[in-house]
Amino acid sequence: MKVAIIRFLGTNCEFDTQYAFEKIGAKVQLIWHEEREFEADLVVLPGGFSYGDYLRCAAIAKLAPAMQGVLKHAKKGGFILGICNGFQILLEAGLLKGAMKHNENLSFISKNQTLRVISNDNAFLKKLNKNELITLPIAHGEGNYYADEATLKYLEDKDLITLKYENNPNGSCDNIAGICDETRKIFGLMPHPERACEKLLGNDVGLKMFEGFLS
Amino acid sequence: MQVIVNVFLKNGVLDPQGKALEKALHSLNFSGVKEVRMAKQLKITLDENDTQKAKELVAKMCEELLVNSVIEDYEILL
Repeated sequence: MKVAIIRFLGTNCEFDTQYAFEKIGAKVQLIWHEEREFEADLVVLPGGFSYGDYLRCAAIAKLAPAMQGVLKHAKKGGFILGICNGFQILLEAGLLKGAMKHNENLSFISKNQTLRVISNDNAFLKKLNKNELITLPIAHGEGNYYADEATLKYLEDKDLITLKYENNPNGSCDNIAGICDETRKIFGLMPHPERACEKLLGNDVGLKMFEGFLS
Repeated sequence: MQVIVNVFLKNGVLDPQGKALEKALHSLNFSGVKEVRMAKQLKITLDENDTQKAKELVAKMCEELLVNSVIEDYEILL
């Protein structure tokens, strides 16, 4: 599997993501934000603070030249995974529905969270069981997912909610931590699976998630 | 020409920063405060003297970058 990880100015999780995907045998290429053309089976928008999160988180990233390649990849039906700031970019670019606001308590939250697998009818979570509880770290100041009632109903009816927080840390609508699009090819989540890929560090459930893209 | 743009979270979308300020004002005994909404203000200086054209240009900027229409509304002041 070929994975392209996009590096924007301010991205800081690209190497952890590269480490995790190489660990499961994927061929990884880091793509600079100024590159428009790249080939991959899976494009990853990693965590960080693209362009300093100026204006709104991910507002400027959506205009980067590399996003043209990401949109092209989406059109072709390729897999896209957005983690944390990457999720915010997918929302800003309109590839996923909804928007992000400041955490309800206005604090930056960095800690482990218990999550429930809501839908595993997709590549990302097929190696996990529906309703399974897993733990992943979160680290964000703007992870308060917002969607209006019609959109929430749409996500629920189409089974597009992938992960929910057991104890909502940030005020997210309906406790949502991750969603996908209707094609089940584009995924966004606020927690960091790439930081949960080593047993030595206490948790490797992230590998199971990434392995879903292999076949 | 200088154009002011105010960007607010839409009515009905909980504004965490506004809420925090509202509580802080209540704790200072400003009990008459019913709600605080926090806005972003942008001052844009344009090389344009036609008011209508300036307004249209800034509206386009709002749609394309400055505002996230899922959660935000804006007003343009000339």
